[in-house]
Amino acid sequence: MELASFLQILDSTVRLATPLLFACIAGLYSERSGVFDIGLEGKMLVAAFAAASASYATGNVWIGTAAGIGAALLFAAIHGLASITFRGNQLISGVAINFLASGLTVVLGSTWFKLGGQTPALTDGARFADITLPFARPATESLSGVGFVSGFYSHVISGHSILVYVALLLVPATWWLLYRTRFGLRLRAVGENPAAVDTAGVSVVALRYSAVAITGLLCGLAGAYMSMGLSAGFLREMTAGRGYIALAALIFAKWRPWYALAACMLFGLLDAVAIRFQNIDIGLLVIPVQFTQALPYILTVIILAGFVGKAIPPRAGGEPYVKER
Amino acid sequence: MTLMKRLLGATAVLALGTVAAVADPAIIYDLGGKNDKSFNEAAFNGAERWAKETGGTYKELEMQNEAQREQALRQLAEAGANPIVMTGFAFGDTLNAVAPDYPDTKFAIIDMVVDQPNVKSVVFTEDQGSYLVGLMAGMASKTGTVGFVGGMDIPLIRRFGCGYAQGVLAANPNAKVVLNMTGTDPSAWNNPVKGAEIAKSQQAQGADVIYAAAGGTGVGVLQAAADMGILSIGVDSNQNYLHPGQVLTSMMKRVDNAVYEAFKEGTDLKAGINVMDLAAGGVDYALDENNAPLVTPEMKAAVEEAKAKIISGEIKVHDYMSDNTCPAATF
Repeated sequence: MELASFLQILDSTVRLATPLLFACIAGLYSERSGVFDIGLEGKMLVAAFAAASASYATGNVWIGTAAGIGAALLFAAIHGLASITFRGNQLISGVAINFLASGLTVVLGSTWFKLGGQTPALTDGARFADITLPFARPATESLSGVGFVSGFYSHVISGHSILVYVALLLVPATWWLLYRTRFGLRLRAVGENPAAVDTAGVSVVALRYSAVAITGLLCGLAGAYMSMGLSAGFLREMTAGRGYIALAALIFAKWRPWYALAACMLFGLLDAVAIRFQNIDIGLLVIPVQFTQALPYILTVIILAGFVGKAIPPRAGGEPYVKER
Repeated sequence: MTLMKRLLGATAVLALGTVAAVADPAIIYDLGGKNDKSFNEAAFNGAERWAKETGGTYKELEMQNEAQREQALRQLAEAGANPIVMTGFAFGDTLNAVAPDYPDTKFAIIDMVVDQPNVKSVVFTEDQGSYLVGLMAGMASKTGTVGFVGGMDIPLIRRFGCGYAQGVLAANPNAKVVLNMTGTDPSAWNNPVKGAEIAKSQQAQGADVIYAAAGGTGVGVLQAAADMGILSIGVDSNQNYLHPGQVLTSMMKRVDNAVYEAFKEGTDLKAGINVMDLAAGGVDYALDENNAPLVTPEMKAAVEEAKAKIISGEIKVHDYMSDNTCPAATF
């Protein structure tokens, strides 16, 4: 495989991994605090829709981002209310959020824009522009004939929208927050043994709500990137299962931020390879395109079957905290 | 109260009677969705034109998933819609099974041949139209490399790609054509994110003109091409307006005319195969104020010449679907 293809795949990997990474880290906060969240998909979807709608109406990408975050926070609040305050089943609440988002986006979209559930195409100011880092060549330049170092810097590292860099910075930030701050210690503790945290005089409910709010914020960014970075507008069901892939990546990473980065990059890479190569010819036999397209899902099944070693979730995960019985 | 009930009942019976008496035509859009700015939207425009001209009303249905096909067809047929027009090859098998059950209902299917006495099959010679836009792409390309993004990998879409590759090679025998398909299932018609990624990968391979024959996915391809400052070619509808000055042309497939004609014929719809080729105006390249600066006089002369030669039979464009091979490209 020549260098240009290799660089192009890496470039594509970074873009495709970004929404996964946002969602995966989002899930990490929630689940580390003991609240399972399979509603990542729905929160991303509703955020993508709100972001594209607001951005279309105002022509400002930042107002769009704020709207996306707001919508995801609202959905996160519903999940929090159901699973923390009312101690409902967290899985059912998550499923309900996914269905709600799936239906609501299409209904509102059809009513507002009369385009069958999509938003109109966003123009330049209403989308995230690609950032060219210092000394990098423009990302639109053809890849043929570039050296590895300059090509890697100009195309793989430079030339993405701001949210890609935010997502990447989120990984060390999350690590620091979880393992080096008092809040992080308490967050991890509340997911393992909420009774102990409660005994220490720290509010379990407040901790879990703040974790769920962070999840909402990050899902909002994931959705905003989907509709205003990766594409130019919202389409029905545009998240296409990325929320579930992010959950798989989270389990794969065993709820740790650096491993989450690696897992999301792996899924992004598989996606990029499937897009770049239709049929992979490896000399003896040709791998059909169906196989490369199915690979992320096959991998998910293998991972979830425990192939990568035992993934132990936070001990209090999925259980509402009851103070006194 | 009883009087009221009786009155209401009578009104209801009357209302039902009217519905049954007036046979409204109906249209079913395939999975790309009514607003895909391409194939299905062309069909929608044809239906709207008919409604505007005749003042009639029509029923419409958008498919949400594969499982709804038969149900949708039967539901419309039971409701008395006549004729029922459907867009897309994927209805072929379903229609073949359903049509005999409703011998008094007329059906029209676009992009597929269904051999039933009450079915009109409308097919287009996409190979000819694609040849014309391929010729333009070959002349407009500075790098000598052009791209093609197909939707779902089916023979019909390969026919687009094959005609395109032949046109490109006619303009520049040394040109390289990068062909990609979006996927192998119907979701490939509505995946602009993936379309954009494919366009970026083709640009990285040197392509500077990219032809999208992918329904709603094409919107992403055209967007990515405009973002990267390279040219793109639209499909089915005239998509030049999407990015003025950055879409070289569009391969127009007059699905709107096919739907319009079918609605106009109404219950007298003539069954059989209807081939809409270049001579019949079924396919063409688009030229309007949005792409006029991009089309040089030489380009226009060449494409008009090719058009005349295809109509006269002097240029034979190989049809992929005739033997499932393509002399100009490998899929």
